[in-house]
Amino acid sequence: MRVALFATCVNDAVYPSTAIATVRLLERLGVQVDFPAAQTCCGQPQFNTGYRRDTEPLVRRMGRAFEGYDYVVTPSGSCAAMVRDNYPRIAAKGTDPRLTQVADSLVPRMYELTEFLVDVLKVTDVGAYFPHTVTYHPSCHGLRMLGLGDRPTQLLKAVRGLELIELPGAEECCGFGGTFAVKNADVSAAMGEDKVRNARSTGADVLCGADNSCLMHIDGVMRRQDAPQRALHLAEILASTEEEPWS
Amino acid sequence: MSGTFVGMPAFPKAAHEAVGNTTLRANLRHATHTIRDKRAKAVAELDDWALLREAGKQIKDHTLRHLDTYLVQLEETVTAAGGTVHWATDADEANRIVTHLVKETGECEVVKVKSMATQEIGLNEALEEAGIAAYETDLAELIVQLGHDRPSHILVPAIHRNRGEIRDIFTKEMGEWGRPAPEGLTDTPAELAEAARLHLREKFLRAKVGISGANFMVAETGTLVVVESEGNGRMCLTLPETLISVVGIEKIVPTWRDLEIFLQTLPRSSTAERMNPYTSMWTGTTDTDGPRAFHLVLIDNGRTDTLADEVGRQALRCIRCSACLNVCPVYERAGGHAYGSVYPGPIGAILSPQLRGTTSEIDASLPYASSLCGACYEVCPVAIDIPEVLVHLREKVADQGGPGHRLERAAIKAAGWILDHPGALAAGERVASRTRKLHPKKLPGPGAGQWTNSRDLPQMPAEPFRDWWKKNRT
Repeated sequence: MRVALFATCVNDAVYPSTAIATVRLLERLGVQVDFPAAQTCCGQPQFNTGYRRDTEPLVRRMGRAFEGYDYVVTPSGSCAAMVRDNYPRIAAKGTDPRLTQVADSLVPRMYELTEFLVDVLKVTDVGAYFPHTVTYHPSCHGLRMLGLGDRPTQLLKAVRGLELIELPGAEECCGFGGTFAVKNADVSAAMGEDKVRNARSTGADVLCGADNSCLMHIDGVMRRQDAPQRALHLAEILASTEEEPWS
Repeated sequence: MSGTFVGMPAFPKAAHEAVGNTTLRANLRHATHTIRDKRAKAVAELDDWALLREAGKQIKDHTLRHLDTYLVQLEETVTAAGGTVHWATDADEANRIVTHLVKETGECEVVKVKSMATQEIGLNEALEEAGIAAYETDLAELIVQLGHDRPSHILVPAIHRNRGEIRDIFTKEMGEWGRPAPEGLTDTPAELAEAARLHLREKFLRAKVGISGANFMVAETGTLVVVESEGNGRMCLTLPETLISVVGIEKIVPTWRDLEIFLQTLPRSSTAERMNPYTSMWTGTTDTDGPRAFHLVLIDNGRTDTLADEVGRQALRCIRCSACLNVCPVYERAGGHAYGSVYPGPIGAILSPQLRGTTSEIDASLPYASSLCGACYEVCPVAIDIPEVLVHLREKVADQGGPGHRLERAAIKAAGWILDHPGALAAGERVASRTRKLHPKKLPGPGAGQWTNSRDLPQMPAEPFRDWWKKNRT
């Protein structure tokens, strides 16, 4: 089984700890994972802002970077959804047959991390240890576009020492939305503040999610408020063990 | 506030005021969450909801594909049933036709059934200019009209008002238009409803002309359908001598039987009711009962252009249930007025820029008025993929250039080059990491400033992931 990590540009540049945690977690579960250095960005920000044609070189690059791997695993619901939902659309609207080849080839091999763990590796107890209270925010792309369902919470519930507290209004968007966060900053911030209010009401130490772009926004609001909580990616919780605890 | 949306500022500017209005935020939060939860329960009762949704989508798509055929069939069946069909290309033409029809009756006032189509074309304002008073008879539309206000929701146009505000509007305004509000009116729902009932009753009994829209038009029989829950519609549709219905051309269903789907999905989606309270259906005129004359004004007003767009045309499936408004986190915080159209919320964000084009500031900004969270698509009873259409329209807006988009395109091009050269990307990431101690907490300028006004920037890591990988795994 040849497995490639699609780290995503946000994790590569801003949250390497999430990508490192994903590597450690998969290796601990006996998966040999590779990081093809030709990968950069899936093109989601460009596509969602209306620059579809500018995503075409990135689609082709993704196709080249992950050629020959059985599975491509990414710790980002929205990037997985970008490939799965929008690559076929980019191919259909474009004129380059290579785009269709990439979409056809990559879509069935693209897995969001919790899908890969639960559906392919068929594990929910990954042997993690995380002695903290946690509340889970299901980001919209994972929730609605990928249909992750209870995979993330199944994984969290099996973590030793972890107490999972339900997040009120969990299914409401946090307000990040890519360029929405700056194009409609007032509404985005109001949504973020409501999300943080709900998170703080749980009293949990950590708000956990599976999409670091959303967490960047939520954590940004938390730090602005000097909140006692922090936002943390699910992969970092699952990678944490008694021997090598998250710090 | 005037009754029209002409000259609205761009969405972010209009939303800025709404976000800061705590009364409005509280009114909207309470109302949308209440309807949202009730709808979820009503839909969960049906184990064949997914099938109903798919059937509704397919009926609408089929009808739109053969719209030319069904429109001609409808004209034939309506005419055969004693009605007269008029065709209007745009709002002005529709308003001219309706004004002329009312004038022919010699009347100078009309009663109205709640209708999105007549609001879309600004009919009340056109009638007023011609010296004809149009009285809204739906409770919420009455509140909006008496308050010299604009609707902010498709189903509950006065959703931005609370009970106290409604009492004040009734007390102050009702006397100007007819029977005044009772002395000492309080803000209890029963008293407010009774005040509206008394005020409206004299209008129903006096009016000789009724104006409506329609939720559906059945091509095979020429039947029009209005779905409402107060009984005011039934009054307007049956008491006057002349009935004029103004309907968008996309409201057709081919057969009577198709209604079986929508009369299940529409009430549950919009008011969370299992069955709609007042469903009025009429076919032309009947000799011994109801209006003596029936006119159907079919409006295009941008619908044919919308139909020509392969991705955007799905917006024409809309049955105006407003479920998408009630679940939308952006609508909840920005309010309906910020959308600058009688069609607010997610459906408005894809409908208005298609019906009106994207040349105005507000229409060009609407496709961006969404975080693309997908809650709207999830609840839509005719499966309109609103996020897909929003992104499609963003491309149109970006392509036409305009303020901000030229700069944005240049930035996207530059980023595109870097992202297609991993070596350059890695170099940039390293610079960002090495200078991380120097990054300020707040940044000026568009983009970064918009972020740091309300959020801290993330702390940059000591090194990018690709460098860690190189050191530790290769």
